Amino acid sequence: MATLVMNTDREQDRRGDDGRDPGEWQRRRRSRNLAVAGILGALVVLFYIVTIVKMSGG
Amino acid sequence: MSDSAYRITAEAGAAASTAGAGDFLALLKPRVMSLVVFTGLVGLLIAPGQLHPVLAVVAVLCIAIGSGAAGAINMWYDRDIDAVMTRTAHRPIPTGRIAPGEALGFGVFLAVASVAMMGLIVNWVAGGLLALAILFYVFVYTVWLKRRTPQNIVIGGAAGAFPPMIGWAAVTGSVSIESVALFALIFFWTPPHFWALSLYRCGDYQDAGVPMLPVVAGKAVTKRQMLFYTLLLIPVALAPTLLGIAGWIYGVSSIALSLGFVSAAVAVLRSESDAPAKRMFGYSLFYLATLFGLLIVDGPIGLSG
Repeated sequence: MATLVMNTDREQDRRGDDGRDPGEWQRRRRSRNLAVAGILGALVVLFYIVTIVKMSGG
Repeated sequence: MSDSAYRITAEAGAAASTAGAGDFLALLKPRVMSLVVFTGLVGLLIAPGQLHPVLAVVAVLCIAIGSGAAGAINMWYDRDIDAVMTRTAHRPIPTGRIAPGEALGFGVFLAVASVAMMGLIVNWVAGGLLALAILFYVFVYTVWLKRRTPQNIVIGGAAGAFPPMIGWAAVTGSVSIESVALFALIFFWTPPHFWALSLYRCGDYQDAGVPMLPVVAGKAVTKRQMLFYTLLLIPVALAPTLLGIAGWIYGVSSIALSLGFVSAAVAVLRSESDAPAKRMFGYSLFYLATLFGLLIVDGPIGLSG
């Protein structure tokens, strides 16, 4: 049973889990990953600036 | 395959959803967020005292993220009724683009992060108020009131009234009568604003089983209640001038704008069609945005500064 479920998962992953175009699935995952990377980068910059402001008594 | 195995497989598939960044952005209710950010920004700008511009940006960012987080959790909880209503059926969860658990995790993470950032970087009074606003929206409005009473948006409207108070607290580190006046302005504006929408979306709410006032008490009662709240708004909107945080330009304009809101409510009361309610909904957005805009123009940092 477990094997059957895993196989089904793999099949869904390959298709893009709701049977949509794999290219579309990859495009969406890519946009999501880029957004997360952008947000993390922005937070690093923001926390750096906030630290400088706090250290200078702002 | 047994039913449970099918369920596990479906959940595993849903967990790895195909949602793009835009779907997660939609979870944050960006249109609601824009008004929340604007009113929060006004509270921050007209508060007495100074806040470093970087910290001000952080405060506004936290208000925006906190508002979006509450919206995401609301969409998770209301996914069953969202699927029924035409206005909300296209949202990411009812359409299956985002799994419910994914939306809940996203919302809770953002809520905790926004409150922590506000508290640690700005101050804990603003952080506490932001937490209160999120908790009020999720537990008092969404979970408790929305499906139980036609007074849902009257009491629940408090959640949307917090942002200017949070902005004010970000600068002053306190709550004062002036910030409570800004809270009251949004609090008393919310019922006529939302009931105008629910008048012409009445069927939607009825289908979803949400006890909005027009569904439970009828349109005539709702229209009278709307008129009552618009009359109440005349002194409430004037309060910033009376409290000295806005000048006479704001004061005169607030009376004129409030009278416009009253006349829109009278037009709704006299008509059987949906058109006046739609116009009143549009006017309500203009009304609040203009009043808060005038607080900047004719407030402590503007002409009256």
